Amino acid sequence: MTIDTNAPLVMKATGLTKRYGQVTALDGADFELRAGEILAVIGDNGAGKSSLIKCLSGATIPDEGEIFLDGQKIQFKSPIDARRAGIETVYQDLAVAPAMTIAENLFLGREIRRPGVLGSVFQMIDKKKMLEESISRMNDLKVGIRSMTQAVETLSGGQRQCVAVARAAAFAQHVVIMDEPTAALGVKEGNMVLELIRRVRDKGLPVILISHNMPHVFEIADRIHIARLGKRAAVVNPKKISMSDTVAVMTGAMTVDQLPPEVLA
Amino acid sequence: MNAIKAKLPPMGTLGPFIALLGACIFFATQNERFLTLQNFSLILQQVMVVGTIAIGQTLIILTAGIDLSCGMIMALGSIVMTKMGADFGLPAPVAIALGITATTLFGLVNGLLVTKAKLPPFIVTLGTLNIAFAITQLYSGSQTITEVSEGMTWLGNSFRIGQTNILYGVVLMLVLYLITWLFLRETAPGRHIYAVGNSPEATRLTGISTDKVLLGVYVLAGVFYGLASLLSVARIGAGDPNAGQTENLDAITAVVLGGTSLFGGRGIILGTLVGALIVGVFRNGLTLMGVSSVYQILVTGVLVILAVLTDQMSRKGVR
Repeated sequence: MTIDTNAPLVMKATGLTKRYGQVTALDGADFELRAGEILAVIGDNGAGKSSLIKCLSGATIPDEGEIFLDGQKIQFKSPIDARRAGIETVYQDLAVAPAMTIAENLFLGREIRRPGVLGSVFQMIDKKKMLEESISRMNDLKVGIRSMTQAVETLSGGQRQCVAVARAAAFAQHVVIMDEPTAALGVKEGNMVLELIRRVRDKGLPVILISHNMPHVFEIADRIHIARLGKRAAVVNPKKISMSDTVAVMTGAMTVDQLPPEVLA
Repeated sequence: MNAIKAKLPPMGTLGPFIALLGACIFFATQNERFLTLQNFSLILQQVMVVGTIAIGQTLIILTAGIDLSCGMIMALGSIVMTKMGADFGLPAPVAIALGITATTLFGLVNGLLVTKAKLPPFIVTLGTLNIAFAITQLYSGSQTITEVSEGMTWLGNSFRIGQTNILYGVVLMLVLYLITWLFLRETAPGRHIYAVGNSPEATRLTGISTDKVLLGVYVLAGVFYGLASLLSVARIGAGDPNAGQTENLDAITAVVLGGTSLFGGRGIILGTLVGALIVGVFRNGLTLMGVSSVYQILVTGVLVILAVLTDQMSRKGVR
């Protein structure tokens, strides 16, 4: 996929600053996410990568700076606000309820209610409809799990993460944020999740992928946002830059000025 | 083979039924009076108070909590309702409502300490166990309240099906089990209770307020303890300040024997009914055999440890 520089910005942040006491985690960081792309966010520990993501997903409130979603200025007070605005987040530690079924996990907190008083007053859930929806959504993403009524704990780690990704993709209106989704997985399982992330993008949802795993980042990212010292050091094109140069920028061994201009994106 | 295994309910669900059946067969061979409808009706009467408390206890244990104060709160409720009737001549429905309010408030206190103060349920309810006991003794002056109006003991009356007497209170308990079963199985708040017990963090991340679920569970448990107070008053025909002492641990025993995991998130409410019946059948059967009550306590203790052991081992099998 070639980079479409004219693609509209889905999410944009300018001058994000976040201080924790004496420590400045974010020091005027900018951020741009384009429609239909997988944007990887990488950075050393303490580069402000997770603070940036926390601001975007509503987990923390930045001290300064602005965030825009589809051109509208937004201010999240909690992850629930972000989710209402159509931003879903997948966490690395497999945030699923193990003894509950796949269908229940997909709809946890957003259960489909039965029609009429049974649903509105008695809060009864429509299990049949939830099951049908689960099947169609998992088929949409080509997740090869046969039974939606099996408990999540009977699945492998990769399959569980696929459930979490599918849940995010099913409910996200604008953006899916994935925080180290493959960190806890083996090679084969990790690839299964990467494949799924690609399908999420191909369905039209832009993905922000936070990862330490350079081969994974280079395999699926359309652009790479490099965070360093609380700022955005550069955004590069993984098709044009080498992995070692990327790491050099990330660690400060190389500055952006030393990079050839065509690798920037 | 695996396909057949997947279709069968897990051992945790079937185990209690098998244990109950086994106990019944054993006692039937020991005493001819055991296997009569009248005796089973008696067992149901004997378990209706602890069975109702155990509903509340199940809800709490499903969230990976525990309530050590359940029996004492029940005793307090029965003293409040009987004393309100006796001292102020309040009509039975009002006095009953006040008693249930008292137990519900205690549930609320437990819930607030667990959610807002973030204290472990074990410690919180160990505290409220003593507080409820002390208030019960102080308020009643350690005296049994025998002046109880007809309206409060109505549930202790029975109707006949054939030769068997069935208490209205037993019917109430069974209806409560049915409602709770539907609630836990079919409603969103019911499923959220399982989710909180399963993985509080994952539940919170989906936008469910885990504090609201927990608080609701402790309050709801208080309501069940209040209904148990009413059943206790109906069964004894008096407000007994020393009630609830065996029920306190028997309720936890019933839940655990019924296959609900102490680690939270797993279990079915009807298992608790079976668990309560197992306790009841052992008590009744051993009494018929002429075994002293101290040995009955010993047997219950062994049963609980066996149940927890099975729970622990079956969880290891899953992982």
